Amino acid sequence: MPEKASYTGIKENETGNGVKEREMKSLPDKKNALPLSRRSGAGSNLYLGIIFVFLYAPIVVLIINSFNAAKSRAVWGGFTLEWYRKLFENADIIDALRTTIIVAILSAVIATLAGVLSSVGIYALPRRWRKIMMQITNIPNITPDLVTGISLMLLFYFMRVQTGFVTLLLAHIAFNIPFAILSIMPKLRQMDMSLYEAAQDLGCTPAQAVRKVMIPEIRPGIITAFILTLTLSIDDFVISYFTAGNQVTTLALTIYSMARKSVNPQINALSTLMFVTVFFLLVIINIRTSSKKKTTPNGILPAGKGNGRRAFPWPGIKQMK
Amino acid sequence: MNKRFGRLTFPYIIWVAVFTIAPLLLVAFFAVTAYDREGNLYFTLQGFRNIFSGATVTLDWLGLKSIFGLDIQVPVYVSVFLKSLSIAVIATLISLLLGYPVAWLLAKLKIAKKRSADFLLFLTVMPMWMNALLRTYAWLALLEPTGIINTFLGNLGIGPVQFLYNDFGIGLGMVYNYLPFMILPIYSVLVKIHPSLLEAASDLGADNTYTLRKVIIPLSLPGVYSGINMVLMPAMTTFLIPDLLGGGRYMLIGNAIQRQYMISRDYTTGSALTILLLIFVLISMSVVNRNASEMSEEGGILNA
Amino acid sequence: MANIERLDQKKKNNRARLLTKERGRSAMIGTQLSDKTGQSHIIELVGVNKSFGDTRVMRDITFYIRSNEFLTLLGPSGCGKTTTLRVLGGFEQPDSGSVTFEGRDLLAIQPHERELNTVFQRYALFPHLDVAENVAFGLRIKKLPQNEIDNRVSQMLSLVKLEGYEARSIDQLSGGQMQRVAIARALVNLPKVLLLDEPLGALDLKMRKEMQIELKQMQRELGITFVYVTHDQEEALTMSDSVIVMNEGAIQQIGRPIDIYNEPRNAFVADFIGESNIVSGLMPEDFRVLIGGKWFPSVDRRKEDEKVDVVIRPEDIDLVEPSEDLLNGIVTTTTFKGVHYEMIVEACDLEWLIHSTDHKAEGSEVGLSFGPDDVHIMDKSDFSPGRGRSRQDSERSEGDVINPESGKETDNE
Repeated sequence: MPEKASYTGIKENETGNGVKEREMKSLPDKKNALPLSRRSGAGSNLYLGIIFVFLYAPIVVLIINSFNAAKSRAVWGGFTLEWYRKLFENADIIDALRTTIIVAILSAVIATLAGVLSSVGIYALPRRWRKIMMQITNIPNITPDLVTGISLMLLFYFMRVQTGFVTLLLAHIAFNIPFAILSIMPKLRQMDMSLYEAAQDLGCTPAQAVRKVMIPEIRPGIITAFILTLTLSIDDFVISYFTAGNQVTTLALTIYSMARKSVNPQINALSTLMFVTVFFLLVIINIRTSSKKKTTPNGILPAGKGNGRRAFPWPGIKQMK
Repeated sequence: MNKRFGRLTFPYIIWVAVFTIAPLLLVAFFAVTAYDREGNLYFTLQGFRNIFSGATVTLDWLGLKSIFGLDIQVPVYVSVFLKSLSIAVIATLISLLLGYPVAWLLAKLKIAKKRSADFLLFLTVMPMWMNALLRTYAWLALLEPTGIINTFLGNLGIGPVQFLYNDFGIGLGMVYNYLPFMILPIYSVLVKIHPSLLEAASDLGADNTYTLRKVIIPLSLPGVYSGINMVLMPAMTTFLIPDLLGGGRYMLIGNAIQRQYMISRDYTTGSALTILLLIFVLISMSVVNRNASEMSEEGGILNA
Repeated sequence: MANIERLDQKKKNNRARLLTKERGRSAMIGTQLSDKTGQSHIIELVGVNKSFGDTRVMRDITFYIRSNEFLTLLGPSGCGKTTTLRVLGGFEQPDSGSVTFEGRDLLAIQPHERELNTVFQRYALFPHLDVAENVAFGLRIKKLPQNEIDNRVSQMLSLVKLEGYEARSIDQLSGGQMQRVAIARALVNLPKVLLLDEPLGALDLKMRKEMQIELKQMQRELGITFVYVTHDQEEALTMSDSVIVMNEGAIQQIGRPIDIYNEPRNAFVADFIGESNIVSGLMPEDFRVLIGGKWFPSVDRRKEDEKVDVVIRPEDIDLVEPSEDLLNGIVTTTTFKGVHYEMIVEACDLEWLIHSTDHKAEGSEVGLSFGPDDVHIMDKSDFSPGRGRSRQDSERSEGDVINPESGKETDNE
């Protein structure tokens, strides 16, 4: 052990060896966790740029063409709103729009409600059963859209139910409920159970405790479920294709038949409108999530349904199984 | 949590049984039954027979015909299956190759807390919310013989290139549609890698390349498998893309099935095809999934 | 124990062999500086500054580290101790100043090339590798032959008492086990200096005490310099050869544990280490000081300024009958603490903390008795009571001298 020494700094020069201060050499900033050499900074920006151009060019072209007076998709014939006008006069489209919105809202509401109740129920199950139920809930997620649509179509055929509005609605509810559950369950698990117990301690019956305490706690999940199911319903094509029948049609189906028949600039107009709607929806959601400072990135991440895409296929969700 | 609430699941169980389980069983049922002229049900394997011993066609897969000049005759549907598989796999690989660097760059920006990170993430996520139909249709406008790209090339004196109605167009359409689904899972795993792991690697002597090879890429594999999951299956089963971008003449398993049901009205063969497709899909999913779920259990430690 | 000694001897031989090999590689050892004790300095920091945005986290940090010593950087959260450690490890770049390692400029060397290893606070074990591969990580980079890797890994696992754990996966380990793997992973590379960033923070009390002893043993046996960061003053006093107390980015005091405890340089150090009564006093001449209007003898000479801080430890005060030449007051609270009674006495408008095995009832009138040895004089500083920056000030208004609540709780946050 060294005898008592005071380390009050080399300035005291007790060593006899002075240490000159040296100029600090500047080193690249190492704050970034992921390594990447500085030289490729420009290269990576270029690459990102190319990818995003790739992703957005078709959409941008579409938007531009929706104002294009010329029918051709390559030549600019002057600015016009004619296609939008024709769109709003198109009875088929208005009809389809109405159906789409009604089905979307109905299925979203019903699916979310069912989702809340089912989630609470599943959460209350013993662990083994809970796992089984979650696996079952996942089945519609991993079956491809195609198979889900066909299977539902066969169901209605077998039960001799005529395809139409009701079957369409049922189908939408059917594929929406699992996603509602998947949105709500994480919130349930994150919730502090002692709140529920505190409510009972203060005199609530279990049902009241659920209503007054649990539901408000998982409200973000419920809202997410609603928005998610709404969007999935509006966007759905494949399942609607098989379950809507001839009498009813949705927006997506209408666009499909229009696109197959001929060049129709109204589609461009419609697409632009849908794009803009989704854009604003996303911006709103983004503002919501960033202002709430949520730790889980549930807000902006959408899902595909039944194409084997899981709702939130992040490792966190897989742990639920 | 009061155990009584478990009863709330009963309605759900019934619903699932009716609307999820039963329909799937029905597909299997229809695959082996048919109605005769009087409307009676009878068991038959005709559906499967149609698939495996129907009209044959030269197998043009992996260039067996075009490159090697071999003339192997296979049933039509086998050829269609193989083609769907190969296009899906290629599209998935291309998505992976293109998407991993994007996820990487986005994760890097996010960790460096640059403001552009959130915006770029938003841009990546946006197409996912848009209707797949519209996205595919948009691509149509670009790739048509009279579309923008060809017009542009025409100005350069290059004749109209056939982008559509062939493997290239379909593959491109798939990559375009599914690329964000590959980027996001990889991004979300990369972003969760705790910086202390990378510091530890550096502390132990690893330079940037070594860390990338031995730490970052292995840790990102769950995300990669997730992404493959999200792309491979839709790519294998889509009927929208080959339908729209294939001009109605192009056949992948997706629209082959669709045709059986909606045009030929042959539910038996259609169901048989669906069952085969399902088996196919389940096998490939379980291969990918086994690796994904093993690692994602450790997701918790990534944040240690 | 015998095992460790034997392994240790083998290890020392191995290490000596490796070191000479490595030294042969580098052109020169560099100027090995030494102080008047004759021990060489392995690391020197001079005038190191670092800011994060507007916050200055390291202010003119200057100190040296001797070879083979156990040095602890001690201070509350945010004082800059971890940043200092990370500067050494290469994970932060200082804004100015110099850092030398064996005489050579350390800042010019990339982190992955520095001959230091770090034990991270949350272990940072690679989840995709098992225990053996984690430990072997650094060795693989050096491309050592497989059998040597196996040897060193199993040696090291024995040292940390995890024999046979080679094939375990990380998620099967407990906190204490993960910590040992992290230590093994760092030490297996035989670094000259081991940096430890609050490694025991996440362990429970019993485990922490055990690991403290083991770490100290390891350091002694391996002869490696340990630079240890903690906010737990008891831990620092137990394990260290030298302690550097830091606060708000500046070094408050450097010294042996016993010196820091007995002769704190300012109110902050006095307050942070152990419990203390800090009171303002006047010292116009040597060997006696005016407190609360009365003179008390002291063994210290006067300071530059006659206004001083006086520190008296609670255990050094006896409660006796009130008397003219003592500070007198009333016991306001008496608590039984097991080892002693803790009493708070209000005397001269101040609250005093006393630890004594004698019980004095609440409300009784007492006099505070202490000897000249117990009166420790410090210069006034920004941390003096009433200057706004002491812990007391943030709890009460200016002017009052309040003794902190049991220091243990805040120290172990």
